[in-house]
This record gives sequence, structure tokens and C-alpha cells, in this order.
Amino acid sequence: MNHSISLTVNGVRRDIALTDPRVTLLDLLREQLDLTGTKKGCDRGQCGACTILVDGRRINSCLALAISHDGASITTIEGVARGDELHPLQTAFIAHDGFQCGFCTPGQLMSALGLIDEGQAGCDAERIREGMSGNLCRCGAYAGITDAVLEVQQKLKAEKERRVA
Amino acid sequence: MKSFDYVRPASIGEAIAAARAPGAAYLAAGTNLLDLMKGGVSRPDRLVDVTHLPGLDTIEKLPDGGLRIGALVRNADLAHDAAFAKAYPAVAEALLSGASAQLRNAATVGGNLLQRTRCAYFYDVASACNKRAPGSGCDARGGDNDMHAVLGWSDGCIATHPSDFCVPLVALDAMVEIEGNGGRRQVRLEDLHRLPGATPQQETVLEAGDLIVALNLSAEACNFASHARYLKVRERTSYAFAIVSAAAHLSLANGRIEQARVALGGVAAKPWRAREAEALLAGAEATAQNFRRAAEAALAGAKPSGDNAFKIELAQRILVRALALASAGTPERIPALPASPFSIHSGALHDA
Amino acid sequence: MTPDIRLNQAPAHQRHGSNIGQPLTRRDGILKVTGKAPYAADHHPKGMLYAVLATSSIARGRVTFLDIAAAKRHPGVVDVMTPSHKPALAEDQDAKTNPFMFKMELLQSDAVRYANQAIAVVIAETLEAATEGAALLAPQYQALPARVGLDADESFVPPAVGLGHPAIVEHGDTEAGLANATYAIDATYETPAQYHNPMEPHAIIAEWDGDKLSIDTPSQGMAMAQMRIGGLFGIPPENIHIRSPFLGGGFGSKGLISGPQILGIMAARLVGRPVKLVLRRDQMYGPVGHRSPSRQRLRLGTDAAGRLTAIEHQARIVTSTFDDFYEPAADVSHTLFASPAIRTAHEAVRIDSGTPLFMRAPGEATGSIALDAAIDEMAFASGVDPLEFRISNDAPVEPITGKPFSSKALRECYAQGAARFGWAGRPLKPRQMRDDKGFLVGWGMGTATFPALMFAGNARALLRADGTGAMETGAHDMGQGASTALAQVAAEGLGLDLDRVEFKSGSSDLPDAGIAGGSAHTATVGTAIHNAGAAVIAKLADLAMRDERSPLFGAGNAGVVARNGRLHRRDDDARSEAYADILTRAGLAEIEASGTGAADPAAQAEYAMHAHGAVFAEVKVDPDLGQIRVTRMIGAFAAGRIVNPKLVRSQLLGGMIWGVSFALHEQAVTDGRSGRIMNANLAEYHVPVNADVPSMDVLTVHEHDPHVNALGIKGVGEIGITGSAGAVANAVWHATGVRPRRFPIRISDLVTAR
Repeated sequence: MNHSISLTVNGVRRDIALTDPRVTLLDLLREQLDLTGTKKGCDRGQCGACTILVDGRRINSCLALAISHDGASITTIEGVARGDELHPLQTAFIAHDGFQCGFCTPGQLMSALGLIDEGQAGCDAERIREGMSGNLCRCGAYAGITDAVLEVQQKLKAEKERRVA
Repeated sequence: MKSFDYVRPASIGEAIAAARAPGAAYLAAGTNLLDLMKGGVSRPDRLVDVTHLPGLDTIEKLPDGGLRIGALVRNADLAHDAAFAKAYPAVAEALLSGASAQLRNAATVGGNLLQRTRCAYFYDVASACNKRAPGSGCDARGGDNDMHAVLGWSDGCIATHPSDFCVPLVALDAMVEIEGNGGRRQVRLEDLHRLPGATPQQETVLEAGDLIVALNLSAEACNFASHARYLKVRERTSYAFAIVSAAAHLSLANGRIEQARVALGGVAAKPWRAREAEALLAGAEATAQNFRRAAEAALAGAKPSGDNAFKIELAQRILVRALALASAGTPERIPALPASPFSIHSGALHDA
Repeated sequence: MTPDIRLNQAPAHQRHGSNIGQPLTRRDGILKVTGKAPYAADHHPKGMLYAVLATSSIARGRVTFLDIAAAKRHPGVVDVMTPSHKPALAEDQDAKTNPFMFKMELLQSDAVRYANQAIAVVIAETLEAATEGAALLAPQYQALPARVGLDADESFVPPAVGLGHPAIVEHGDTEAGLANATYAIDATYETPAQYHNPMEPHAIIAEWDGDKLSIDTPSQGMAMAQMRIGGLFGIPPENIHIRSPFLGGGFGSKGLISGPQILGIMAARLVGRPVKLVLRRDQMYGPVGHRSPSRQRLRLGTDAAGRLTAIEHQARIVTSTFDDFYEPAADVSHTLFASPAIRTAHEAVRIDSGTPLFMRAPGEATGSIALDAAIDEMAFASGVDPLEFRISNDAPVEPITGKPFSSKALRECYAQGAARFGWAGRPLKPRQMRDDKGFLVGWGMGTATFPALMFAGNARALLRADGTGAMETGAHDMGQGASTALAQVAAEGLGLDLDRVEFKSGSSDLPDAGIAGGSAHTATVGTAIHNAGAAVIAKLADLAMRDERSPLFGAGNAGVVARNGRLHRRDDDARSEAYADILTRAGLAEIEASGTGAADPAAQAEYAMHAHGAVFAEVKVDPDLGQIRVTRMIGAFAAGRIVNPKLVRSQLLGGMIWGVSFALHEQAVTDGRSGRIMNANLAEYHVPVNADVPSMDVLTVHEHDPHVNALGIKGVGEIGITGSAGAVANAVWHATGVRPRRFPIRISDLVTAR
């Protein structure tokens, strides 16, 4: 049985023929669309390595059937930088050494982008830690991750205040 | 994962018709169902995808002042809905203490009500499990069972219901709106889940094709908004299932409790409404001693189902704590670590 | 084809003088934050098929039936590899010609020796089809009762433990020391089986071309993997090209190539197409190693002044029924504390599990949590503050061998760590401190230690006429930052700015860099790089000094110094010449030289070599509910020369988090009846999440070590766990008065103790 769906992936509309309804968004990205930045750590919603944004919200792509997301707009790690220009969060992750092996990093970054957009954590380190707890990092780079997100939040806040003033 | 037919109905009527077929299952976000399918625990022949059904993703104010929450409202959206969080703060806190931000962004209200147990023997398809394979036995008995039920369990099943969300909901007399073959009906959440008895595979009162379309909370339930807490003990600060949890709602007048709405999580196959505790608390003073008496009453019928006697004591203590926190007043903002014992006050607990 | 990997140089590096010692950001940072870093499973050669393991649900017995027809009927399934349908191997799966060659399960029979063992491989056009094909095999078994747990069988004394150390070591008379002690403790601790769980599951993409094999797979030891694969398939190791530019964590589990990786290669041979095989998370619990559980009994005694009179550390560990690896848990008691009598003894039990293997700080982590707890108990029993106790019992020389330490700044670690933490004024008795919200507060500490090991590694240095250089070594970056730190050593050795050095690693066609393990990679490969750099500079200097057109002509005995791409006369800095000019004039496009790194046996015979540290932890515990939160941790470490403080800090922090995890979180739970691990996932096998990790800080204490190797590097990959696990455990005791003797500490332990 063939199903065709259409997705907007990193701003580009893609019409996709799904030969199997069992395909998850994660496997679609990695195995069919050659977008391998999104990682599979557990495939069961328990590690966060596969985090992507779907219609602007962070979710675990391993627990999302592609066929159910017909029409969705998806952002993956490949769509975060603008050309050679890194997103401030990416720069902050490098500066704060918010990773070691790097395998969880795309998921951490997508999760952090989602967290910033959700607007619940602000510049509160404790809320950032809680909000980033859906992304395991076995190397233990949590301190750098928290510092990186906090720095970007503080910059955003300062920018907002400047604009208001 | 077993191959399945994928059906995307255009209406609730079509959905119900499609889902009545043997081997059919509803698919909402899939955060639980896909996990079960990947593990071979669930092997449906047909998935009826309800996520595109219109009109099920809104939160509406009811004429009597209560709220009607569409079954497809996402957990995160509900928790962050300002009116909802103000009216039912313990429910919002419970929602935010469950799973991870990613899962809460996907998971739906209706799906969460039907979350399956985390019993390892249910998940392990090589183990005997009366819930997964009726009549096969229960390997959790005599196995690794320190997380299992202490209330309402049977010889056939000692699994617990893992939802955080359902615990304060059941205390607040939430109603589940169900559409099925015979039309629309309302069922108290407390009556939705069944205790295992001899038929642990029958987890709810839903029948083939029944679709949860909404959850209703009454205006009366808002009366507890200023004294409401949900508390959860777990082995990890976040992203972990509860060992036990408690929801406490009080209405207070002059230091005296008018009414209490109390429930426990992680102790039984269903979210456990503690009516004995409520009865003792009604009219009593809000004192530690009375909280302890209420907690003892709530667990009076408890007995260990394995290596989990500690949960009986722990459940009493968490209920005492939840009552104390509720009587102290709902925090202005949901704490940084929702439902954590370390979140005594709102805002950050520890300096970074 | 080696992937084209461009490393970032940004954000701009600030260097002051030496390349070594600078806190540079990771050179692979941009690749990692953009999703462009290629991990093994990201590759997709043309025509690739997917292979999925079917694994056993019994722990012991044999497979009697597989429904191969059902699997093959599933659309997309291409083939099913089983014991009766598989390519031939040139070597027995159980061949063991050296102690570090571990037996594998390669479908050579229907026997099952542990739960989650591979029993078939399904190969299909899609991942979905292969996965369901494996489920459809619905195996039937003839099962025998599983033997699991530390008491499954009679114990025996293993022939050796760890890297070939004696199982029993006796120094002095411990019984006399205990009998004459004024104060004594006798405590037994249990630690669980733990699984490495790198975020990247083991993966392999294998492609055959005749008798040549090309694979992408994460490896902490490519040359050893080449040898192993070559032996199994009967092909020369050089026919095998392994690419492993990025590992998504290893922690020891990727040190040796594992059975499932070999099965991927076999599957590719069977179907004659490239095959990708990635372990599911649950399949990581069995065939790729784990940390043995342990039961450790410690008996300690002191005199009236609190000086140790005896240390006895007995450890019971497990190994598999079919192979031998013995976690050297008690050996940690050999080196830290001065005692006239020390006895360590291991006993082992064979159980139906996969063979335990090296997991980050094998032995040291397991043993140190027990030793740190016992020292804490001993200090309390003798009425002495644990810090004071540790300082007064600190070993000035290695106690058993009597060797001096090549360097040991442990006392400075104690002092600086304690000062930063604010240890002074800690009440001796437990359950004395509360915070303003009523939570119990406890402070605990532990002593960190890890041997400064060296293995063998090689590097090749090149200098080019365009003024650039290159360093080539088959090193492994599993997250520790080898591709940054080693490039710094390379730039230093070549006398070039880092931007002018091409650093190549992560591929088996480069010089053998040994194994990334034992916290020895930077020291070993760094030394090789240092020597290769010196050798190529010597060649260059020779060219210049023998050429009368060079300003360095005749520098002869005075010699030259390499700096910033120029050679300078040592006796006259103003006389210098650029590398490029020297090579151009000599008509050479490039020159090269090799270097090796290995332990110096003479230095090892003379000195005891260890890194050390002191870890301080604060925990808060809910007095009623027993929930624990680590709120502060300070680790002070002395590990010789620090190549890159930024990366070292990250590694030490990561290790400390593993310590928290050891004390509070991770454990595999095995069903005693079936032998299956009931939490083979990441939801119930807890590793710390972000919210578990408190405010943490790391101090690196200056330590100059002229003996350990030419660069003075000791290694930091594993030491962070040691001391940390014990510090947290001791803090929980100090908060609650409940002495944890079983790890991880459970809420139930604290609730029932009250």
C-alpha cells in the first residue's frame, strides 16, 4: 500500500511516497531523506536524541508516525544554521563545551530551541535543567548545556529589554 | 512492528465505525502506543488515526463555569493554558511532572487517560502477564516488584497505573466524555479504569469503538484552586515514573477544612481516590495529626503485593506532605521542579 | 572512502605561548552542533540492506525452532542468517589466544548462554521489514534454569583480575593488624551490574569487495579490531578499512569489536550487498559488555590515634559461564592509604550473562565506592573527621611496593577542594544539618585515584614546503576530545600554529594508535606525536644546518629551536629560517618521520604512577520521603600536565556525574528466574538527567611529573567517577544517619530505615 504525504522540511516542501505506514519521522529523516543529523539513541522516547521541531514544537521523532504528520512543518538540526552562520545557541554550545561525543547534541539543540520558544524557563537555571531533562547525555555535559541555554536566554532577554527601552 | 492498515477517518462517526473492527486501535500522538508496538506488546491490525479529527483540540468554558477539554488537546498546551492552570493548578503541576517536555508536547489528554502500565513484565513479551496475554499468569508476582501495587491488586495482576495527570483529576471528579456506538455518554474518571480482579486485561469500561472525545471538569472543582498540590516521589529528579504520588485539594475556612479531595498515584491499577481520607478531613482542623490520620485511613486497606511494603508507608507520608503543602496554599507559579518534594515554594530552589 | 571532515577553528582560539595547556574549544564543534559529524549509522552506501538481530529470551539452553518461513514471507525480508545458513568463519567464535580476546556469539550453534544473545539476523530492504521479520521468528527453546546473581554458584579464585593482576595480594599481617586495632569496622557493600549505554548504540555498516572489507563502525581500538576481524574471516588485517571518525560515546564498550558487529559483517557477506546493523537499545544489554556486580567486604582497623593498622578488601564479582573477565574491584585498596597490613582478595562466580568487560574505571569505580564508604565508617568509628583521617593516613609511598610516587599532589587536592567546598566546621555526627526548608543536609567526601597507564601508539609527522604540517595517527575521539587535544600536542611538536597543522585520525589506514582506554590515549598517542614531531624537526634541522645557504648553517652542537614555523638557533635567536624556505631550497615537497609512544619500563620499575583527586559532595534528603538530591560537588584533581583545561574539565565533570549515577541511579535489574534484564531500556535503567546534576566545579591542581612520560600527562578519562560515588554515598549517610551498603541508594532504603 502506498501513501503519499507532504512535509515541509527545513523550509523546503517535500512530497514523499511512503511505502510503509510503519515509518516513523525519525526513520524517514535518517533513512530516506538523508537527514542523518537527527539521532536514534533509544527509539522509544526515553532519551531525546531524536528531538525535532514539528510545527515549531519539540517532540521525539521516534514516536511519531510519518504518515500521521502529513502536512506538518519540520525543523531538524540541519535547518538551524543559516548557511555558514551558526545559530547563537550552536555557538553557545561550542563555547560552553555543551557536549563531548556529540551524539545527543542535535537533540539537545532542538530541545533547547523548543524550550526557548515555549517561554516557560526564562533565565532560571533550575527551570532550564528541568526543561532539558528529556535529553539524556551519557557523557555528562549537562553543566555546559545549561550554561549555553542560560546565556542565550539572557541575551534574548537583554535584547528584548533594549527594544522596549 | 507488525504491519497495519492505516485509516484516517474524516469524522468521529467514521472513526468509531473503523475502530470497531477486531484488532483495531486508535492512534493519537502514539507516545505510548508506538512504544508498545515497537516492543511487540501491542500488535494492532489497524490504526485509526484520530489526530486529524476536527474539533477535539480545544478547551472550552462550560456554561456552569467548568471546563471541557478536547481529547486531542496536548498535555503541554493544557498545562500552560492560563485559565486552566489557575482553576486546576494541581492538575497542571501533575501534567508538568510527567515524562519530558517533548512527550508532553505530543501526548494528548485522551491518550494519557488510557496510558498503559509500566510493569516490566507487561512490557517483556517473554514473561507471563495476564493483562497482555490473559490466562498466562503473572510473572511480576515473585519477580522484581518493588514498584507494584499495594491497593486493589489481585492475584492475577499487581500492575499500577502510571499516569500523573489522572491522579488530581480523579480527586476532582473529572468526567470523561465518550462517544461510541450508542452515542455520547459521560463516565466519571474514577469509574473509567477498572481494578484487575480476574480480568486484568479489561483495563477500562470502554467498549470496542468507544472514543474519548473530551474531559470535563466542573466549576465546583475550581473551589480548591487556592489549596491544591500534586507531589511525586521518584528515583530521578525528573523524567521518571512515580514510586508513589499524591494529589491534595482542600477548601479551608478559618483553619478548618471544609472539604478535601484526595487521590494517590502509583499504588493501584487505577488512580486511587482516597474517600476515607476525605471523610476524615472534612470539618477537621488542618493539622499534621489530622493529615496523618487521614493518610492512615487512605492506606488502611493496603497490603504489599511483593517487595513493596515500603510503599504503604511512603504513600502515607507523601499524602501527609501533600496535604500540608496544600493547606499552606497553592504556589503562585508552578515550581521549577513540578511536583518534586524539593519544590516547597515556587521558583528556583537551588542557586545555580 | 574517508569522509571529508572539516574541523572548525572557530570560535577564534586565543593562544598564549604553548599550544599545550590552552583551553581551546573542540575543533569538531561546528560539525557536532550542525548535525554534520558523521557517526557510523549515518552512512548509506548504494544498495544497502538493513540487518536486525533476533535475540534470545532465555538465559541458558538451546534454540529448538525459528519460524524462518514466517520471517521470509514478510514483504521486504531478503534473507535470514541462522546457525544453518551463514557464511563460514576462519576461526572458532570461542577461540581465545590471549586473555583480551573475548568469545562471541556468531551463530555457530543453537546454544544460548545468556539472555539477549543473538540467535538469528534478519536482512531486509527496509528497517521496518527487518525489525518485524526478527519478531516473526518467534523462537522456541529448550531452556535450562538460569543461574544469576552473586550467589548463583560456588565461587572460585580467578587466575588473574583486570589487566592480569593477581587475584589475592597480601602485604603484612592483616589479621594481626585487626586484632590489635583500637577501632575496627567490618562492612559489606553491594554494587549492581551496570551497562555502558553510550548514547550511540553499537552500529556497523559493512561492505565487501572480494576479500576486502570496508566498514563504518564506532571503535576505541581500530587496529585490534582489524586483527580480530581478519582472524575471523581469514583475511589480512590490512584488507580491512575501518572508519571511526566519531564515536557517540564508548566508555569501554567499543574497545573491542563485539559479536553483533561481526554479525553485521557476516550478513553483508551472506547477501553480497552492503549491510547496516544497529543494535536496538534493549540489545545493548548483553552482547557488548557491562560492569560486573560486586559484593565487597571491607575490614579496617586503626590505632587509638586513628592510624590504619590493617585494610582488608574482599570482592566477589561475576563472570560469564563461558569466558573470563574479572573486575579488579579490590585493587583500589593497594595504593591510597598507608597501612602496615593490606590484603585484597577476589573471588568470582560464573553466571548466565554476557561476559562483563571494561566499563569506565573498571575495578576502580566499583572498588572505590566501597573503600570510600569504609574509610568514612572507619573515620567515624575512630572519632576523626574524614578529611583529617584521609590526610593522616595518606600513603607517602605506594604502600605495598614501597615505590615512590612519580608525583602525587593529593594533599593539595584535599586542601584546595576542602577550601573551595567549605568543609571546615562539618559536624562529625550524622543528621546534624538541616536547611531552612527542613531538608536534611549532608556532606561527604571521597578520594579519587586512577593509574597513569601507557599503552603503545604510533604517529607520523609531515612538514610541507608550503609551510604547513600534518600529523597522522589512527586515534579515536569518543568525546574526550582527542582530535582537539592531540592536535594541540601535534602543533606543539611541529612548532607550528594549530591552524597550519592538518590533524588526521579516526581511520585504520593511519598509523596504529592503540586503544582509547585506560585513560591512556592522550598520554600514549601524545607521546607518539611528540616523538614524531621531534623526529621530523630533527630531519628539517639537519637539512638546514648542512646547507651553507641557510642562516642556520653550522648551528651544530648549539642546535635549533622550532617555533611558529621557523627554526631558530638556540644560541642566537635572531638567526632563523622558515620551514618552507628550508624545504623549498632542498627541493622537497615534504618530509616525514614517525614516532612511537609507550611506557618506559625503567621509570615504571622505579615509580608508582597514579592520578589523584578529592571529591566533596553536599546532598539534601527529604526527611520523610527519602528523595535525594545532590546540591553541590567540588572535585579537585591532580593528573599531571593538562593539555586542554576546557576539555579536561568536561571529562572530569562527566566522570563525577557517573559517580552520582553510581551512588544514586544506575542498576540493571535481573529477574532471578528467567535471567532477563527487566529494565533493559533508558526509562527504568536510570542515568542522571540534567535536573539531577547540581552546581559542580572542578579544580585541577598543578602537578609536574617528570617521570610518567615525556609530556608529563596522566589522563583524566576515568578518575572522575572514583571519589565521586563515595562522596555522594557518604553525604547521604551524613545527612540521614543511614549508612548505605547497597548501591544505588534507593528511596526504599531510606524510608524503611527510619
